[in-house]
Amino acid sequence: MPSLPKHSLPKDSLRQAETVEEWKQHFAVALRKSTEDITVFRGELSVHIELDQLIAVLTRLKDETGGAFTQLSDITAVDYPERTPRFDLIYQLLSVTLNQRIRLVVPIAEDAVAPSVTALFGCADWAEREIWDMFGIFFNDHGDLRRLLTDYGFEGHPLRKDFPLTGTVEVRYDDSERRVVYEPVQLTQEYRDFDYESPWEGAQTSMRQIDPSMIAHEPSSDEEQND
Amino acid sequence: MDDLSLMPNKPIPPGKDQDAILGAVADEIANRGFVVAQADKLFNWARSGSLWPMTFGLACCAVEMIHSAASRYDTDRYGMLFRPSPRQSDVMIVAGTLTNKMAPALRKVYDQMAEPRWVLSMGSCANGGGYYHYSYAVVRGCDRIVPVDVYVPGCPPTAEALIYGLLQLQKKIKRTATIAR
Repeated sequence: MPSLPKHSLPKDSLRQAETVEEWKQHFAVALRKSTEDITVFRGELSVHIELDQLIAVLTRLKDETGGAFTQLSDITAVDYPERTPRFDLIYQLLSVTLNQRIRLVVPIAEDAVAPSVTALFGCADWAEREIWDMFGIFFNDHGDLRRLLTDYGFEGHPLRKDFPLTGTVEVRYDDSERRVVYEPVQLTQEYRDFDYESPWEGAQTSMRQIDPSMIAHEPSSDEEQND
Repeated sequence: MDDLSLMPNKPIPPGKDQDAILGAVADEIANRGFVVAQADKLFNWARSGSLWPMTFGLACCAVEMIHSAASRYDTDRYGMLFRPSPRQSDVMIVAGTLTNKMAPALRKVYDQMAEPRWVLSMGSCANGGGYYHYSYAVVRGCDRIVPVDVYVPGCPPTAEALIYGLLQLQKKIKRTATIAR
């Protein structure tokens, strides 16, 4: 694991920093990152790092900022099916003493293995299990990487964009077998989306079929004034 | 009188026949000190008067179920006490979203309940999957797992709606013509 050069964050200057841009400068120096790798959105910092830097950066944030970022709020992931690498791992950290949040964004390929951070943050245990369950991102050295949320024996990773909404199996009680059985999904009615206003959902299929002459002509406010 | 007793459920209009029956009942009490009534009616009256629900809160519906049991609406007035054990319960209120993972547990709890037993499905999710009908993880109606007697619609149903459903269940029990179930 390549470690970052030893350079403690200037704790006092962190406390005295008043704008988020000042924070950005301090973290860029301390984490040995270019300021281009740190983005500010709505007053919060996002640090874009590579997978092999993850443990080193998290260690620095936790141990070498005067114990500032001791709380890992959550780990999550984002699926970009058309992009390479496919996923983003997101680490959300909170500093109680500095009243500041920071976000680590780590791109990771579908077949890559992420390092577990359970040794640094105990709470990462279930968070990493959830990511394994939902996205299928594997974590090394986790120790107990079972599924967290989905059914026992569940197949697939539901938060991947290519996972079908209704899944593949459904359950019912079988009177003759006297137990709950799993069967392939059979929907009596397919899923329909009625959100025609949304440019992402129904627009391509539904709006084109509407004949423009069928839409009632509504007089504009100008015409009303002329009357 | 014998021909009338063959049709116990048919009401007898006021008149000579009714007077004869009422007079006979009065004579029975005066002479022997007891009357014979229909056992199923008595049993069903007792059963509907002490419906003990199994606490099976699965989601937000459980909060409304708790309201119905708390001091404002107080299902205890109808003899309904929430029990923590299926073996002491008569009715299971499925209050909330039933997931695939929970389905075998729900069925196990239902199987542990003693006969006679009833199931009340509370809210859209338990009735037919509701908001999560097309989800990969949710059972599309708890009647796929257990037989349901009463469905209470709503998302979530109010505490009043749940109590109305429970009173409908009482009516259903009182209508049952047999003791065996």
